[in-house]
Amino acid sequence: MRKGYIEILVDRCKGCEMCIPACPNDLITFPMETLNKAGYFVAKFVDPEEQCNACKLCAVACPDCAIVVYKRAKEPVAGGKE
Amino acid sequence: MSQVATESKPAAEKSWLPSGLQLMKGNHAVCAGAIRAGCTAYFGYPITPQNEAIEYMSDALLDVPNGVFIQGESEIASINMVMGAAATGRLAMTSSSSPGISLKQEGISYIAMMELPCLIMNVCRCGPGLGNIAPHQGDYFQTVKGGGHGDYRLISLAPNSVTEMAQHAALGFELAVKYRNPACILTDGVIGQMMEPVDLDAIPVVNHQKPAWAMGVNTTGRERNVITSIFLDPEEMGEFHEQLIAKYELIKQNEIRFEEYELEDADILCVAYGSVSRVVSGAVRDLRAKGVKVGLLRPITVWPFPYQAIKKHAEGKQAVISFEMSWGQMVEDVALATRHNPAPLHFVPKHGGMTFTPLEIEQAIEAVRANPRNSETLWEPS
Amino acid sequence: MSDTTTDLRQEVTPPKDGFEVVYQRPDSLNDVQFTYCPGCQHGQVHHALAEVIDDLGIKNRCIGMAPVGCSVFAYEFFDFDFISCSHGRAPATATGVKRSEPDSIVISYQGDGDLASIGTAEIVHAANRGELITVVFINNAIYGMTGGQMAPTSLPGMQTSTSPRGRDTTIAGHPMHVCEMLQNLKGVAYLARTTAHNTKGLLKTKAALKTALKYQMEGRGFTMVEVLCGCSINTRRTPRASAEWIGEEMTKAFDLGVFKDAGKE
Repeated sequence: MRKGYIEILVDRCKGCEMCIPACPNDLITFPMETLNKAGYFVAKFVDPEEQCNACKLCAVACPDCAIVVYKRAKEPVAGGKE
Repeated sequence: MSQVATESKPAAEKSWLPSGLQLMKGNHAVCAGAIRAGCTAYFGYPITPQNEAIEYMSDALLDVPNGVFIQGESEIASINMVMGAAATGRLAMTSSSSPGISLKQEGISYIAMMELPCLIMNVCRCGPGLGNIAPHQGDYFQTVKGGGHGDYRLISLAPNSVTEMAQHAALGFELAVKYRNPACILTDGVIGQMMEPVDLDAIPVVNHQKPAWAMGVNTTGRERNVITSIFLDPEEMGEFHEQLIAKYELIKQNEIRFEEYELEDADILCVAYGSVSRVVSGAVRDLRAKGVKVGLLRPITVWPFPYQAIKKHAEGKQAVISFEMSWGQMVEDVALATRHNPAPLHFVPKHGGMTFTPLEIEQAIEAVRANPRNSETLWEPS
Repeated sequence: MSDTTTDLRQEVTPPKDGFEVVYQRPDSLNDVQFTYCPGCQHGQVHHALAEVIDDLGIKNRCIGMAPVGCSVFAYEFFDFDFISCSHGRAPATATGVKRSEPDSIVISYQGDGDLASIGTAEIVHAANRGELITVVFINNAIYGMTGGQMAPTSLPGMQTSTSPRGRDTTIAGHPMHVCEMLQNLKGVAYLARTTAHNTKGLLKTKAALKTALKYQMEGRGFTMVEVLCGCSINTRRTPRASAEWIGEEMTKAFDLGVFKDAGKE
């Protein structure tokens, strides 16, 4: 079951590739296929095997705060503490 | 914005407040006036002949509530500290003398562009270069025509007495706050060092309030305040220029100050400021006693300059004489004022840091009276 | 700033069913495009600094000093009061600000030209007076904004636009080590040198910034974090190659670590 995923804000990304070595699971690529409004090629999150665990290292490394990280919310435990 | 508070507390409770009738040096009086006017921060560097100012503030500000005093590592550091304090809404001051004021020019240009109020005092010494410590008036251009880069202007006051030193500190801060522009007291070693009685109680005490534009801890959820002098987009910059130009026009319309002495029926108009005006007024008084019809117009604001007043008083005169301890700086503004007037313009200098005597002034005036086109003192642009 | 920055705004997509946002732009940063070059460590250090400010909950107390250099517009990016200082004089302006507003948290953000060239007097004296400010010193060994001239911290042999044959130490001296210069001043409470070239470096930078700001709040003295950075454009490298250069070459010339820690004395 997918634990986490990221969104790369296409129009903020400057294609600097700082996120790519940051990801411990190599889930970010730089295919040079999408140009954004500012004229940069943007990074792309590719995770077919659901390996992302929302460690946030890619987002921390991004100079332009162009990465949003999502994590599976904890299920509330019935009758007890979370 | 500043509020003038009525002094309801007995003096003893505000023992830090300079007060009473005191025999003071000019350099001390300006600081006393500044503190009464709400100044709570001073940053400076020692240089003769104004060290009394930094010394006074180093002691007085320790007692002023929330007082801040730093002897900065240089004049440059000091003006930048003034910038920081002024950006938080404080009434901040620095003082120096000619070479140190040269160092401050970049900072002053920034402060004017940032529209920050502050007070700078220049107790002029003889230059150029290291010069000497004797009084001189060689920084007129630097003060009123720019000094720093760009089109700004300094609201510039030229006291000629110890009382005016105290008054101009208060007036300088008042105008600086009113127009959000730096103000300068342009004086010299004579006024800075001389001692005269000052009635400090006549300087209103100001209860300065932090303005809304100032930086500080944000407790109200307001928009952030950014103080900057850079506007990369030329159109945006052009609009800002127009705002500043309009502000400077207002200052020119509203804040010109000058003194008229024995001008009613004068044949010869003298123009002088600062300590020179004291000697000239003494000479005018003595000549009047002998029946010579001579008068003095003394600019009190050297920026904005009293062009119209000089133009008016030059009408019908045999000659106009500008007296300065310089190679000829204010005389150019007098020439501009009288450019449509046929009366010949004369310039009488004093060099090297030497001061005029009343006899020298009298002799110069008599020589011009005898020959209004006397080539020894006739001034032409060159 | 011109309107093109707002044209690049993009809404954050709401989380998918069962997910929540665990990381996005810190609150202390404005929702505008940074004007830095791709991969510039300025962006990464801004990001780390903003995270620390958010963690400490001090945004409304912060007042920033922006230098002259690539980060001249830092005031556009942070959501707190800022002043744009004259070149090199930010520590003096910071002194004026902090002494006037002692409850504020003053951050002086400077580059190597600003701090180690024209501003050497101001940084030394602010440190010596023990000014309760935090200096963020971005050392990328070059003058970025003005087109790649040599900096006081440029490496020996480094080619720059004013050392086209490589920095000659017989003419220009050796790179200046500011942390080492300041560490013996009694007014200094915390001095650290970190890197921003990879996540490990960024996490250390973040920790150092947090300590520095805490020490300012505790009134311990002057604090500074020097961060080794790069300039990919002016050194003609890709952003990733420039980041590698920091890790391989800059760290040979500049020791990492904590040079002074008043909390541990």
